[in-house]
This record gives sequence, C-alpha cells and structure tokens, in this order.
Amino acid sequence: MMNGVPVENTFPAILQRVQKPARYTGGEYNQIMKEKASVDLRVAFCFPDTYEIGMSNLGMKILYHTMNSLDYVWCERVFAPWSDMYEEMKKAKMPLYALESGDPLNQFDVIAFSVGYEMAYTTVLDMLDMAGVPVRSADRESLLPLVFSGGSAGVNPEPMAPFMDLFVIGEGEEMNNELLALLRKAKREGWDKKSFLREAAKIGGVYVPSLYDVSYHSDGTVSEILPVEGAPEKVTKRIVEDLDAAPFPVSPVVPSTEVVQDRVNLEIFRGCVRGCRFCQAGHIYRPIRAKKPETVIQQGIETLKNTGYEEVTLLSLSSSDYRGLEPLCDGLLEYCEPRSISISLPSLRADNFSMDIMDRLQRVRKSGLTFAVEGGSQRLRDAINKNVTEEDLLNTCRIAFEGGWNSVKLYYMLGLPTETDEDIKGIAEMADKVLHCWRMYAKNKSRGVRITISTSCFIPKPHSPFQWEAFIRPEEYLRRVNLLRASITARNVVYNWHDSETSVIEAILSRGDRKIADAVEEVWKNGGRLEAWSDFFSYSRWLEAFEKFGIDPDFYAYRERGEDEVLPWDMIDVGVRKKHLLHEREMAYKAELSPDCRKQCSACGAARLLNGGKCDG
Amino acid sequence: MDKLRMRFSKTGRAVYISHLDLMHTIQRAFSRAGYKVKYSEGFNPHPVISIALPLSVGMSSICEIMDFRLEGECDFSETPAKLNAALPEGIEVFEIYEAEEKPAALKWLKVEGVFRYNDAPELDRIRNFFSQDQIVISKKTKRGVSDTDIVPGIREISFDSSGNDITVHAVVSAQEPTLNPELLAEALRQLAPELAPVFSSFRRTEVYNDSMKVFR
Repeated sequence: MMNGVPVENTFPAILQRVQKPARYTGGEYNQIMKEKASVDLRVAFCFPDTYEIGMSNLGMKILYHTMNSLDYVWCERVFAPWSDMYEEMKKAKMPLYALESGDPLNQFDVIAFSVGYEMAYTTVLDMLDMAGVPVRSADRESLLPLVFSGGSAGVNPEPMAPFMDLFVIGEGEEMNNELLALLRKAKREGWDKKSFLREAAKIGGVYVPSLYDVSYHSDGTVSEILPVEGAPEKVTKRIVEDLDAAPFPVSPVVPSTEVVQDRVNLEIFRGCVRGCRFCQAGHIYRPIRAKKPETVIQQGIETLKNTGYEEVTLLSLSSSDYRGLEPLCDGLLEYCEPRSISISLPSLRADNFSMDIMDRLQRVRKSGLTFAVEGGSQRLRDAINKNVTEEDLLNTCRIAFEGGWNSVKLYYMLGLPTETDEDIKGIAEMADKVLHCWRMYAKNKSRGVRITISTSCFIPKPHSPFQWEAFIRPEEYLRRVNLLRASITARNVVYNWHDSETSVIEAILSRGDRKIADAVEEVWKNGGRLEAWSDFFSYSRWLEAFEKFGIDPDFYAYRERGEDEVLPWDMIDVGVRKKHLLHEREMAYKAELSPDCRKQCSACGAARLLNGGKCDG
Repeated sequence: MDKLRMRFSKTGRAVYISHLDLMHTIQRAFSRAGYKVKYSEGFNPHPVISIALPLSVGMSSICEIMDFRLEGECDFSETPAKLNAALPEGIEVFEIYEAEEKPAALKWLKVEGVFRYNDAPELDRIRNFFSQDQIVISKKTKRGVSDTDIVPGIREISFDSSGNDITVHAVVSAQEPTLNPELLAEALRQLAPELAPVFSSFRRTEVYNDSMKVFR
C-alpha cells in the first residue's frame, strides 16, 4: 500500500489497463505549464466529451490560448474519460484532474465548460460530480470554484440554468478575460458569490440565470422573464470585431495520440451570408467577419512550423463565400506544395468555381465529394432558402466525374417544414440523375461509382427562422425513411439514415426551458454520460426521467410555438432580430428565396453588434 | 542523408505514447526542428523511419534506437539539441550518428523492473521461481494460444527488495525470439499467483549485440 491507496488503484496501474492511456496523461508538445504559486487564478477548462473530440475543437484551442495569455491565470485542459477509465477512476475514488498539472479539480478557482451540443449536458453534470463539486449552483455557496459555460449550445441556456453560476454568450476571446479579471478582484477582496454574480452580469455577454425570474402560464409556456437586481433585460452576444487583430493560437497543443481533427485548423471567417432557414449556425454566428488572406496565410505558416502537422484545413460555414479564397489558396499552396503539406477545404458549395479550387488543392488523392443538398425538390430547397439547384449539382458532378472522382455523398434532412412525399421521392430521383451523369461522363467506369444518400431528422433550433416549428414524430420520420428506401431502385445508390431517438431528445433539449433541467439531472443520476456516443445513449432513460418530473415531450418537441409566445431563450440576443426570423419563416411558407447577404443586405440586425466595423455580408 | 541512427529515451508521461503515435510524434518533431524526413517512393509514400524494437505502452527506456533518412544535411553535434527542443516532455535524443551495425544484430536487452505488491513475498521465493529449468507459460498469439518456455530468453536475472517493491535486473532476448519483460510478471500470474505482483513496470536500460557488446 502506498499512501493508503492499494497498488492496483494507483495511477500507473490504472493506465496499464485502459485503452489509449496517452489521452489521460498530458505532457504534449506546446502544452502550457506555469508555476502554481505564481498565478492568482487556476482555470479548469472542461470539454464534455473525450480527448479526441475536445482536442479537435478550434474554440478550445483559441480560448486556452487567450486565457493563458493572462499572466495571473493558468488555464488547463480537462476532458471526459472514456467508460473504461471512468470505471477505474470511480473504483479508485480518483477525482477528475487537469492534464497539465495532474491536479484534481477541487484545487481550481474556475471550472469552465465549452458546450457545443445539447447531448453533452449530462456529461457536464458528470464532470462536475467527478470533480467533487455539487452540480447545482444553489448548492455551491462559496464564490469558488466559479462554474460557468460557453459555446453555441448556450444560445438557449435554460435547460442548464440551475447548474451554472453564469453563461458566457457568444465569442469568448475578450469576454472570458474580462470575467477572469473581475473574479481575481473578487477573490482578493473576499466578495461573496452573490455580489460577484451581480457585478459579472454587467459584463457584456454574461448571463447569470439566478438573476432572472421566469414565470409560466398554466399551459406551461413562459409568461414572463423578469431580470432582477439590475441584470440586463437582454443579454447580447459578444463578438470579436476585427478577426485580423484577434488572438489566434499559432502554437496549439499537438496531441501525442491521434485525435479526430489531427491537423492545423485555420478559421477564415465567422458568420454566413446564406441564411438557410433551418440553420442555427448561419444565424447565431453573424455578423460576417472575414480574416484577410494574408492573415490566414501567415497564421497558417506559423502554425505549421510550430506543430509539424502535414495537413491544414480551412474552416468556415461556407468556404466558397470567402472573398479571398483564390489568393488564400495560392499563398498557402506556395508554402505547402514543396513541403508535401495537404490543404483541405470543407463546406464548399456545389458550383464550378468550387470545383476549380478543389482540383488545384487535391492533385493527388481524389476520394469523395460531399454535398449538403438538404431538400429533395426545388420547391423545398426554396422554402428552406438552400440556394442550390439541380443544375448546379449535376454540373458539379459532371466536372467531378470527368476529373476522376467516383464517389458522391448527398446529405438531406427529412422532416423539414412543408415537406411532402413528392419532395422525398425527389431525393431518389436526384440520385438517379447523378448516376446517369456518371454513366455519361465518367472517364473510367471500370472502378464503378458509389452514390450515398444520408438523411438526418430536422431539428428546429433556437434563433433560426424555424425556431417555432414542430419537430416530426419518430413514426412519421420512419415512414418517410421507408418511403425513400422504397423509392431508391438503383443498386449503386446506398442509403443511410440516422435513427431519430437521439434527435427527439436533442429536439427537446435545444428548445427546452428551465423545467427540464430536473430531467437532465435525473438522467445523469441514472448513469447518463457521453450520450453523444450512441454506445451510451439510452432513449428510455430520458423518457423515464421526463415521466418522473411530469415533463411532456409533446409540449417541447412536437408542438408548434405561437409567434407571439415568449420563448425560453428570449433574454438572449444573438444579433439577428426576431422580426427577421419571422419574415424568413413567412417566406418559407411561400417557398420564396431571400437573396444572400452579398446580393442584398436583409438588415437582419446582426450588424448592430459591430461598433463602427462593417458586416462583410 | 541516409543511414542515420538516433538513440533516445522515452520516460515519464511519454511512456504512454503508443509505437505508432511515437512515429508521428517524432516525425512532427523533425519538421518543427526544421528537418524533413525522407519519404519512400511509390504509390503510398510514407516517411522512412524505423524504430528497432517497438516498446510496449507503459514501458520506459533510455536506450531506444531509431533509423531514419533525411532530405538534406544534419549536423551530428547540433541536431539532437534542436530535436529535443521540438519534442514533447519525456522523449530525449542523446545522439545521432551514422548507422553501422544492422538493426538485426541487436540481440540482448538489459532491463530494470519493479514488482509492486500490497504485501511483498519473500525474495527467495521469487528467486527460486525464476531459477527453474523451464518456465512454460501460455501466450496469446495471432494464431491462438501457444505454450512458450521463457527461460531460454533470459540470459541473466537477479532481484532486490525494498519495502513492498521487488526490483528486477535482467538481460533478456531482444529479438528472435523476443522476450517482452512483462512476461516475467505474467509468468508469476500464471504459474505462481501467490507471488504475482499487483503492478509491474519495466525500463530498458541498454541494448547489446549477440556477443554482449553494447549495440550502437
């Protein structure tokens, strides 16, 4: 026995038994080490998923870098252990620890989460529990550790409201550091938690749920959201105005074990000019702000030098809409080509220009092309404002087949508002046309062709034009899946569909209110964690939790919201106005397109977040 | 430059990096230090890096040998320091030199290990166990389970004790056949469970050729 811990429960013994132990040890190149005694605040920056997923996240990399740029802060990384490690840690009574120092989370002043996906909610609670911290804010009486959360799931913070001391809404580069500066002051001067939260609520983008009283009508809908103690009526999302001047981590941590995105990630712009009506990201990340190609090239070269990676990816919601795409690719190719570094460019639109770019970037390997078509007919695509025509798609496929590609993936959603059976059959017809196109134009037919159709179940999301829509029932989704299956006749066409059970829960959580927090806690208590992984997701566990707390899934998932209803997330202002969303919804029902931002500004409202800067839409 | 050899250590947190991940890690370190590893020619080019004796995850070593080729020159006196600045903690390059002996000439490995117990047995019982003429254990291989005698793979072995730890000093066969030092603990688990440690770990400390001359 060493220090009373049986040998088999010591860290080295555990690491011998678990899969991929390198993800639990830290010690990677470029990790940031500081002297504990020399900092005022220690931040445990938690990602509620595995190391492989969290280390692939650009937001984590950026904020790790910005928080550590404060000399009085040491920010360390924490990820959720896989099930084998989780069991071992429980058995050994080992608390969750941070990778850099190996210190348990109870030694930290701040426990911060980056949450981009609703299915991570139970993992957040589990990580708090593994840290030895009560999961509810009200049960944590002292100021420290401060527990807060950011990330895109926070645009509807309500299902997690009872657990978090506060939420940071929007981009964290500046906001997090303002918050940490205030916390340092509070810690020094010995403020109590309440006083700190009152002051924190004055920082732009900070939402303190305990400072908002929510009341409900008898039908369960929200009647009023009342800010108290001077909290702002609306919390406006924070943004970084000038991306060229914004801090970017050119020396990110290089994992010593393979992660999902094992390459240099370069962000080229934020926001999206397209305004697809189903898309939350396209609305909540506005206004559009681009980096200059020179900035991206310089950051790319520096990051490549500092990491030794051999691949670089350009990230944005729609790469084809980046004005400087050609000079950017030229500049990067000049550095990358002689060094055999490959460049990948996801999120391209199906048009000729994109194909030219692809051709230049991918001279060697021609693997697959993926297109997000989303809707099966032109009418439906117009209704969702997905401005892709069949002609565009077939032209692009023709160029691709002529250029030697032999695999095409087409992504669709089922359950979109206004969708009819004709639209669904249209998906199969489109696949036939793509197949015909291959027969006509493929250079080398001996290798065959593979056309893959994937459908997922449309989930209405807050702050999108479809935030009021009803989610379709699993039975109906399955009927549509079967209709599509029956409509596909060609043998070269493969059809994959997502199961709808996870989508049902995601639909409930994404538009949920504070009342469903009880169910989130209940699911976690019954063993829910890492539920973004189908291995660990249990539909019945959620249904039982809803049942226990009298939460009606129909009310949250399958109900169309009234346009004058107070929505649970109405205290969050992401920039785009509700009026604009309503107008876009109306246009959807008329199956009319709205011009993209480049053709004509729709005055969506996001530009008012810029103080003097100009929206690049 | 071709036929380059590097001697390095893998200790501390780096012992959990797998063999394949280590190759990526070293390759990236070369690139960060401003060197380019030569790629093989052919349909699927891959970097020409070869580690003589893959090290099990969890085992440390201060005598790892890796052969590689570089585009351009490398300076034997400067390159190790440059690489060390570009490597994650726990991996340290001692020297780089032109390879003479073939990696196949590598025959013996000196290892130090620790058997850790909640309650350590008497040292003599361990000594007696390992002084048997034959120690046949069953080993899982790709083709199923097979019986192997580990005694021919052990050239020297001795033990010390300190508290609840028993330390192992051994020289074992590095290749043809390979004797993974972990099998010393495995033998106890299979044949003398009452002597089996709860935890064991090993460190490679030196490599030798067939005539027990230090391999370089």
